[in-house]
Amino acid sequence: MIHAKINHIDVVVEEGTTILEAAKKYNINIPTLCHYPDLHINSDCRICVVEIDGYRGLKTSCSTPIRDGMMIKTNSPRVLNSRKTVTELILANHDVNCTSCTRNMNCELQQLSKNLGIDTSRFDNVLEYKDIDDQNPSIVRNPNRCIKCGRCVDVCQHVQGMHVLERMGRGHDMDISPAFGLPLNDQSCSFCGQCANVCPVGAIIEKDNTNLVWEKLHDPTKHVMVQIAPAVRVSIGEEIGLESGLISNGKLVAAMKHLGFNHVYDTNFTADLTIMEEGTELISRINNGGTLPLMTSCCPGWINMAEQEFPEILPHISSCKSPQQMFGTLAKSYYATKTNMDPEDIYVVSVMPCTAKKYEATREEFSVDGKHPDVDVVITTRELGKMFRQMGIDVNRLPEVEFDSPFGITTGAAALFGASGGVTEAALRTVYEIVNERPLEDIVFNSVRGMDGLKEAEVNLAGTTVKVAVSHSLSNARKLIEEVIAGKSPYTFIEIMACPGGCIGGGGQPYGTTNEVREHRLASTYIVDGNMIYRKSHQNPDIHKLYEEYLQQPNSHIAHKLLHTDYQYRKKRT
Amino acid sequence: MSIQQIIQSYPAKSEYLLEMLIAVDQQKKHHYISAEEINEIASYVKVKESHVCSVMSFYTLLSTQPRGEYVIQVCKDVPCYINDDFNVVLTIEEELGIVLGQTTNCGRFSLEQTACIGCCDEAPAMRINHEIYTNLTKEKVLDIIHTLRGDANGRTT
Repeated sequence: MIHAKINHIDVVVEEGTTILEAAKKYNINIPTLCHYPDLHINSDCRICVVEIDGYRGLKTSCSTPIRDGMMIKTNSPRVLNSRKTVTELILANHDVNCTSCTRNMNCELQQLSKNLGIDTSRFDNVLEYKDIDDQNPSIVRNPNRCIKCGRCVDVCQHVQGMHVLERMGRGHDMDISPAFGLPLNDQSCSFCGQCANVCPVGAIIEKDNTNLVWEKLHDPTKHVMVQIAPAVRVSIGEEIGLESGLISNGKLVAAMKHLGFNHVYDTNFTADLTIMEEGTELISRINNGGTLPLMTSCCPGWINMAEQEFPEILPHISSCKSPQQMFGTLAKSYYATKTNMDPEDIYVVSVMPCTAKKYEATREEFSVDGKHPDVDVVITTRELGKMFRQMGIDVNRLPEVEFDSPFGITTGAAALFGASGGVTEAALRTVYEIVNERPLEDIVFNSVRGMDGLKEAEVNLAGTTVKVAVSHSLSNARKLIEEVIAGKSPYTFIEIMACPGGCIGGGGQPYGTTNEVREHRLASTYIVDGNMIYRKSHQNPDIHKLYEEYLQQPNSHIAHKLLHTDYQYRKKRT
Repeated sequence: MSIQQIIQSYPAKSEYLLEMLIAVDQQKKHHYISAEEINEIASYVKVKESHVCSVMSFYTLLSTQPRGEYVIQVCKDVPCYINDDFNVVLTIEEELGIVLGQTTNCGRFSLEQTACIGCCDEAPAMRINHEIYTNLTKEKVLDIIHTLRGDANGRTT
């Protein structure tokens, strides 16, 4: 054990602990900027410097291990002066038009400046304006707001293994950019948005679609309906000042109605539908010698990576559209027919935890008639929070309201789609019962739950033991993909989600999504599942009704036409 | 040797990336490595293009854009700056009729700056392609440029 003193307080910590960690343990707050809990330590920003007796310069507490007998000062005049100067220098090379920035009042640099008491600037602003990259439907990169902390680079390279963003140049000319300074759209970017989620400032943000939604909400000729993804309900609370975790669906639905949506629906319904279609596809591939392993298709970040980098893998991917797209299709076909409405008058909004969903919705093939997109516009959890604030809606004080029909009943299985392993668990609950023609006793598959990067489970289908695998974060996915391409995959079914933790850790989720927060959202997701009356997709009575009235049966001709798709190799720079 | 042969003469490991890039650069009249060559190198050593670009951007020796046959790089670090009593950059700018960062219309000379080239004791210094010139005076700088202009072969290394 190491014995040292921080600000005259005796600290005892294990060897290898950094000064920052030791201080935190003793409730001593050292400000940081480039540091992010689950990422590598870069010590780029020098905000967390401390003074140590006998050491010549100030040391970065994030990267300096505490040693026996160290006398550390975290708030000496020298330290405070240094922090202040560093912050002022960052601000001198930063687009400081805070009031016109998405991150206003939610910006780590702004908060730091405030905490350090910076109210005047000693330095002239020397920022040379660079072009903003907003050429894709998902992510906007504004280099004028970049403070070069390197979090986006780390998450893109090490968590996602995509290597789209890199440091270019050296010294004060260093810049963060894709290869050749090309826009993200020309790169093999998955649009997962993890970079936007960890960015401390407004340099990488989602493409804001809230104005499009407002416009349609105020258009009396449009019937505006909204679907809410399973992962949004366990994180939206953070946008409205609650602890990470659960918020009641009822209050969320009520708040959406206050925004002016004509109908509020649950994407969980089409998650159940996905299980019916994908489960049937899996059984048919097993029985008919189809391409195996079958890989899930719900996650557009993973689909982007597969289409851009791994053309060999495309036959393995389920032909099912994602639940978001299935919902849009049904809205403009089944629902339009049922209610005698022109698809032209129906406007479908999705609230998703995801930035890649914005891209997915713009894909040309996702349209019932070639004219009307299945989903018209996608907003993220963060944008929904913004809309609540714009309207001054106090979600917590609203009386509960139910989701609308005809997609009203959903299951616990569908709720699990928000969590890594959830699609697998939901699929197994249904496939097991259909194939074995007997009830599944223990419906909780613990081995595919939690934050392990690669998870697997076994299930007995008609006397054969079948192995399934689950991965989340694209760097983990690569391992499974390479195994499949090499023909060495022992699995029959593989679930891939691009973001750590699955959709609950998506790129469009509230800021501050650390692994600790992900755990809370996962726990909430499992509570949602546990509280449902129906917990298996094939038991959903509304799903049965939908097949009876419209889709006939899973994988029928009409189901194929509306709910399935195919994939193309889209070569990009990698 | 073709570019492909040069690349493949190294083991397919990212440790050899810099050596490979310098070797390719030396083969090229206009001292740059094209996007296609970067792609080839990246797939050979199994890294992404962005990584190759990042490595290249760190070294003034390497460029993704075509440059002159002679790339004049004037050291911009402190000892060279202090000892530079006649302004090396301005002298060359006036002689070649270009400003820093440009290439002459004839395509023979590019003018750039570089971080320290390790000649602080003989400052001011500059590098042209792989040749180092030190203890620069105005006359010496002009002499060097005149000699290079007269050199029909176009290479100093």
